[in-house]
Amino acid sequence: MQTSDIAAFSIQAATASRGRTILTLLAMAIGVSSVILLISLGDSGRRYVMDQFASLGTNLLIVIPGRSETTGGPPPLLGETPRDLTLDDAIALKQSTAIRRVAPIIAGSAPISFKQLEREMIVLGSSADLFEARRLTMGQGSFLPPGDLDRGGNFCVIGSKGKTELFGNNQALGKWLRIGDRRFRVIGVLADTGVSLGEDLGEVVIIPVATAQSLFNRVSLFRIVVEAVNEDAVGRAKKAILSIIKARHEGEDDITVITQDAVLATFDKIFRTLTLTVGGIAAISLVVAGIMIMNIMLVAISNRRSEIGLLKALGAARSQIMGLFLTESALLSTAGAFFGFILAFSAMKLLAGFFPEYNLALVPWSPFIASGLALGTGIIFGVFPARRAAMLEPALSLSRR
Amino acid sequence: MIRLQQIQRVFQVGEEEVHALRDVDFGADKGEYIAIMGPSGSGKSTLLNILGLLDRPDDGTYELDGIMTTDLNDKEQANVRRHKIGFVFQFFHLVPRLTAEQNVELPLVLAGVDRAERKKRVVETLEAFGIGDRVKHRPDQLSGGQRQRVAIARATIMKPTVILADEHTGNLDRSSGNDVVEILEGLNNQGITLIMVTHDPELGKRARRRIKMVDGRIEEDKKNNQA
Repeated sequence: MQTSDIAAFSIQAATASRGRTILTLLAMAIGVSSVILLISLGDSGRRYVMDQFASLGTNLLIVIPGRSETTGGPPPLLGETPRDLTLDDAIALKQSTAIRRVAPIIAGSAPISFKQLEREMIVLGSSADLFEARRLTMGQGSFLPPGDLDRGGNFCVIGSKGKTELFGNNQALGKWLRIGDRRFRVIGVLADTGVSLGEDLGEVVIIPVATAQSLFNRVSLFRIVVEAVNEDAVGRAKKAILSIIKARHEGEDDITVITQDAVLATFDKIFRTLTLTVGGIAAISLVVAGIMIMNIMLVAISNRRSEIGLLKALGAARSQIMGLFLTESALLSTAGAFFGFILAFSAMKLLAGFFPEYNLALVPWSPFIASGLALGTGIIFGVFPARRAAMLEPALSLSRR
Repeated sequence: MIRLQQIQRVFQVGEEEVHALRDVDFGADKGEYIAIMGPSGSGKSTLLNILGLLDRPDDGTYELDGIMTTDLNDKEQANVRRHKIGFVFQFFHLVPRLTAEQNVELPLVLAGVDRAERKKRVVETLEAFGIGDRVKHRPDQLSGGQRQRVAIARATIMKPTVILADEHTGNLDRSSGNDVVEILEGLNNQGITLIMVTHDPELGKRARRRIKMVDGRIEEDKKNNQA
């Protein structure tokens, strides 16, 4: 039998029963489009986060107290607690030529109030260097002024959302608000940049680090954000940080330095795993579609018993019958996948129209996933019905009308 | 040309074994016109199915045109069916979604014959059976007689050596039944062996040889010379 004839026969058979064909196509289209859509959404999310990180600058390093890796050697006899990172540690880091900026961070949350309004917000104690290091932008006023790290001051910079909640549309600059039991003058409002790095900077209040130390009654830093002079200097900066802190901490390696690369790699890994997971969940709907194809093919075969018997009488071997029915289910699922792809494509276009900032797009290899999945399901779930058709006894299937 | 020896066919019906054919020996020469008759359940359809390679005997041998068909595998048997045997059924067994033309074309399609060659042979055959003006009609747009003609056209398009007909007039009125019988007899006169199963004694009388089956055995095998 010629290939074009096999295709023509199967298409004719599929279109003869329009209802079942449309239902199968629908099931398949939904399955395929959900797989493509979810994988693409996951991938778009990954790219979005990556871009965010990249826009922060790739020459950032983050120093956090405590060591996350062991370097071997016998465990200490006496319990060892990591030393705190102090403001002096941060100041000492400035010695290195590989380091341009150092922004110590103390974080805590405190009730912030203005007149009778009160909100619980995150308070960051930091320095002027944070502004450049984190690529922040101001909406109004100015950021913390540069100066000695251990000099505090009763002024603060507030996030845009926090500003709206406390002041509404009124002027906030120059107003005094209360953090805990102290009063701070608002000298700046951050621009509304949305969520970045999972931290909503819209709802923070930034105060000088020395003031934060006394406000929270805590000397130790939460972390230190360090900016190397350029991307190539990141490695040198990391070494410098480790050796400076080691010297200051009596020879103990008790800090962890995270570079942007490591963070990027981790996020990349997390997002890829997540994408595969949701894709896998979506694949369940594909299995459902496959079972539907199988079911519908089985019904078709029992409706077409006499036709199968006839084909055998006319000289079709078992392998030929099997080929015909497999072609039919493969065609059904491929056509379904095609519609599914179009569905996913237009849904993505629609979503991209609603959320232009996320730069949504189908993953470039989605047509290949679609066709692969379709053929896979069509054939896997088509084999059983096709075998059944091939094994029908011609004498029996012809004896009935 | 046809040689059946010691054919056994047993069906399992529930707990019971039903002997549809018991030690059937049967032979036919080229160009014979045979009617197989007998009551229901006498095994005549089973015999026809075995002759048509639609069923395999449990025991015994079947030789067709010098080929020992009982030794062949599924694919080879399909090939023998395709080239040597034409079937005509009581219920026509036309594929409802295909036109008359496409139904007749089906054996050629299965055999992988080229499209141009197919068209030529289909048109010729349909013309020969007087349904040249019905090529684009689907079976539900044809009368019973026309349907059976399409079926006969399909059965003969591969130029088989034997035509097997199973109650082929059973679903037709007398006049179109007669037409169909005459067409088949015409084919027989051209040298095609014609074997038919029928309940109809009138039809049986027209055959040159009559076989009566009872209980899975050939009880009577009569040559009918005056026909």
